[in-house]
Amino acid sequence: MSTGVEDHPLGPLRPPGDTTGLFGVLRRRYLLKLLVQKELRVRYQASLLGLGWSYVKPLIRFLMYFLVIGVLLGLRDNVPLFALHIFTAMIMVSFFTETLNAGTKSVIKNKSLVRKMNVPREMFPVASTAVTAYHMGPQYVVLLIACIVLGWSPDPTAFAAALLGIAIMLTTSLAVALAFSALNVAFRDIGNFVETISMVVMWSAPQIYSWDFVVDKIGGTWLEQVYLANPVAVATLLNQRAFWIPSLGPEVDTTGFMPEHLLLRGTVMLALCLALVWVAQRIFSSLEANFAEQL
Amino acid sequence: MAESVVVDNVSKHFTVQNARTLKQRIVRARKGERRNPTFLALDQLSFTISQGEAVGLMGLNGSGKSTLLKLISGVLRPDRGTVLTRGRIAGLIEITAGFHPQLSGRENIFLNGAILGMSETEVQGKFDEIVDFAGIGNFLDTPVGRYSSGMFARLGFSIAASVDSDIFIIDEVLAVGDPPFKKKCLQRIREVRDEGRTIVFVSHNTTQVKKLCHRALVLEEGRLGFDGSVQDAVHFLHYDQDDDEDAEGGEI
Repeated sequence: MSTGVEDHPLGPLRPPGDTTGLFGVLRRRYLLKLLVQKELRVRYQASLLGLGWSYVKPLIRFLMYFLVIGVLLGLRDNVPLFALHIFTAMIMVSFFTETLNAGTKSVIKNKSLVRKMNVPREMFPVASTAVTAYHMGPQYVVLLIACIVLGWSPDPTAFAAALLGIAIMLTTSLAVALAFSALNVAFRDIGNFVETISMVVMWSAPQIYSWDFVVDKIGGTWLEQVYLANPVAVATLLNQRAFWIPSLGPEVDTTGFMPEHLLLRGTVMLALCLALVWVAQRIFSSLEANFAEQL
Repeated sequence: MAESVVVDNVSKHFTVQNARTLKQRIVRARKGERRNPTFLALDQLSFTISQGEAVGLMGLNGSGKSTLLKLISGVLRPDRGTVLTRGRIAGLIEITAGFHPQLSGRENIFLNGAILGMSETEVQGKFDEIVDFAGIGNFLDTPVGRYSSGMFARLGFSIAASVDSDIFIIDEVLAVGDPPFKKKCLQRIREVRDEGRTIVFVSHNTTQVKKLCHRALVLEEGRLGFDGSVQDAVHFLHYDQDDDEDAEGGEI
C-alpha cells in the first residue's frame, strides 16, 4: 500500500502491536526487570514467610528425601555423599518444575495487561522464568559452601559442566514456560498435564538414585538413550559432574558414576534445547493472536 | 498530511462462547459441533486518520468502539483487512489496567510507564510532573489498592498522558473523576492535540467531543455510519434531540 509519505520522521506505517516475540522482550529489558521485581515483591508480601517459602519448601523436600530414601531405605550406603547427590539434582529438577508451574499460569495471571495493554506477551513467561532463576542463586551459594566444606576440588570439566547444566536448564524451562503459558489460555485444563509432567520429570532425573543404578538396569539398551534424551536428566548429571564428583575425594573410584561423553551430550542437548525454544516461540505466536479474546 | 492511522476493510469476529478446556473441545468434536457461534464486531470498516487530527469516536454501546481501539492499539488483530499506524501509541483503553494493587504509587508509576513503552530515564524525567498532575503527593508510598477510585483514575491518566506518543487513544477516561479533574484532563488533552499529535477520543459526551475534536466517526453495529464534522455526527446520532439530561457535560 502506498503511504504517500515514505520517509516520514515517525517511520513507516506498520501494523500496531509487538509481534517480535523474544527479541521484543530483549528490547524491553527495563519492563522485564520491573515485572520481575513486581513478582518478587508480590510474592514476598503475599505470605508471612514471604520469599522464605521458596527456601523452606526445598529444604523440607531435601530432608524428606534424605531421611526416607537415604536413611530409611538405606541408599545412603550405596551412594557416596548421598546428601550432596540429592541436592545437586534437586536444584535442577525444582528449577524446571517451578518454572513449568509458574510459567504455565503467567499469561492468565496477567490477564488485565494482556487484554488491554500492548506489551510483548512473551514478557510474562520470560519474567516467571527469571523469577525462578533469581531464587536459584542462593541455592547455588549453599551448594558451593557445602562443596567447599566437603573438599571440592574441581577440574576444568567441572566448570564446563556447571555452565552447560545451567544453560540447558534455562533454555528448557523457558521453552516449556512459553509453550504452556500459551496453551493454558486456549485449554484451561492443561494444568493436569503440567502436574503429570512435573511428576514424571521429578522421578526421571538421577536425584534419589544415582546414574549407576540406571546403567545396571537399562545400560546399553535403547531405554538408556531415552533416559538421556531428557534435558532435565542431562542437566542434573552435568550438575553432579560439576559439584558432586569433585567433592568425593581421591579414595572413591568414580568409574561408571557418569555417562560417557557427558560434555558432548550436554552440548548437543543445549543445541536441541535452543531449537525447542524456537518451537515454543512458534507455538506461542500462533496462539497469541487470540489471547485478548480468550482471556 | 501523512496518514497516522489507516484502517482498511477491517473485520473482526468474536466467538460467543469459547470451548475453554481440552475436554470441552473433545466433547464438542465428538458431537460434531465444529464451529462456535460468532458475532461480527466490526464489519469491513475503512477510514484514514491524518497525523495531528483529533478524531472523536462515537456510537452506542456495543457498536464496536472498544474493539476498534484495541485493534488500533495492537491488543487485538483483525480477522480480515489491515490496520496500520505510524509512530508510538499510548493506549488508554483502560487507564488502570497496568496497576498492581499491592505496589505503591511510586512503583506503579515506573511499572506503568514501562508498560506504556517509556524507558527508565524517561519515567524519571517525568516523575514529578506525573505526581503533580495526579495530585497524589502524600500517598506516593501507599499501595494503590488503598487509593480512592478518583485517585486511581487520576494517576492512570497522568502516566498515560506523560508518554511522548504520536497517537493518543482515550477511551471514556473522563467518565470517572470529579469536574475539576475532568477539566484538567481536557486541558491536558487539548495540549496534546495542539502539539500536533493524533488523538482518538471515545466519548458519549457530545460537549467534550465538540470541544476537542476536528472530526467524528460514528460506528453503528460495527460499520462506519458517519464520518464528518462533530456537529453533524451529533445530529446523526440524534443526541441533540434529547433533553440535555447529561447537563454536567456542559459546564466544562
